[in-house]
Amino acid sequence: MTDKQALVKYCLRLGDNSLVLSYRLSEWCRNAPILEEDLALTNFAFDMIGRTRLLLNYAGETEGEGRTDDDLAYRRGEREFYNNLIVELPNGDFAATIARQLFISAFEFYFFTALQRSTDTTLSEIAAKTLKEVKYHLAHAADWVIRLGDGTEESHNRMQKAVDELWMFTGELFEMDDVDSLLIGLGIAVNLAELKPKWYDKVSRVLSEATLLVPKDGYVQTGSRKGIHTEYLGHILSEMQFLQRAYPDAKW
Amino acid sequence: MNYNKEQILAILATIADPEIPVISISEIGMLKDVIISENGYEVILTPTYTGCPAMGIIAEDIITKLKENNISPVTVKTVFDTAWTTDNISKEAKEKMRRYGIAPPLTRSCNNEIFTINVIPCPQCGSFNTVLVSRFGSTACKAMYKCSDCMEPFEYFKCH
Ligand SMILES: [Zn+2]
Repeated sequence: MTDKQALVKYCLRLGDNSLVLSYRLSEWCRNAPILEEDLALTNFAFDMIGRTRLLLNYAGETEGEGRTDDDLAYRRGEREFYNNLIVELPNGDFAATIARQLFISAFEFYFFTALQRSTDTTLSEIAAKTLKEVKYHLAHAADWVIRLGDGTEESHNRMQKAVDELWMFTGELFEMDDVDSLLIGLGIAVNLAELKPKWYDKVSRVLSEATLLVPKDGYVQTGSRKGIHTEYLGHILSEMQFLQRAYPDAKW
Repeated sequence: MNYNKEQILAILATIADPEIPVISISEIGMLKDVIISENGYEVILTPTYTGCPAMGIIAEDIITKLKENNISPVTVKTVFDTAWTTDNISKEAKEKMRRYGIAPPLTRSCNNEIFTINVIPCPQCGSFNTVLVSRFGSTACKAMYKCSDCMEPFEYFKCH
């Protein structure tokens, strides 16, 4: 693998994560428990689409074959997507969506903080911009986890169930392969092993404040670094890509 | 007719922010530069938010406005090299925003704002007796508040 190929794959991984999570969050539009939450989750989705466009465009530019953000979003098959499995899982109840958001926003907070020091200036600029947005996402998700965990018996139980069920998908966030090792050597990528203790500490503090138990690490679901996904990604893509697949280059 | 950079920037300074029409794209700090070369005119913008939906409209407004002044060809480039912050909004622009009914961002680029509780004064009556209704509003850059004295709801432009 060349440096360039590694960078393309790294940008796709980051861009696919924000694209697929944005898709899931936008499914809450008009379905959230209260109007303010409808706005919050769709605002998150908006931030993530903005980030996706920057990252996929940069992947396309680096690749140098003339592919745009749209080409990469609409014309790649499931096995060519590198998003973490956790973002493609169905939303579940509101507790599951919020637990996932806490796990991801805490990860992104430390990740983009570190990526600001990347030797790749495009990535460091995107990181600085994204970090401002992620801070709001993290504060919001943590607030809800605490409110629901430390709420009624029903909300506490559902929050704990969501945390327990999603825990086995969090290990994958920190998984590294030859793309990471190559780019870490160049000062471009973030060493995910260094983020894990910070992430664990932040998430544990929020869960404790929410009177929730921190799950024990056990079996970890992985596959996305190799493009292996749950059954859910294919369904997302069949809807997201339908128009461009049926009517290539359609514009309106 | 040949225009220099200052003249072009002055023309562009008349374009309003589509979300807050009392403020120009220059006052909010999005308009960064104009580069004139034999290939035409390149206008450099920095977006307020990565997902800012107004960017496309602003780019069109720029091209239309310059065309009206027979300035072409124009390209619009978006840059991120120094991330936009609410600190880029001038003091005068903040006052215009308040008079328009939007509480302007507090003080400096309060990166830690969200972790502390700030009192946002009501843009209508100036009361400090206000409550946060939602951290997110009709656009990504605003939060929703209500005033417990004049009872009016209002938007707050979040620090960024
Ligand atoms: Zn008032």
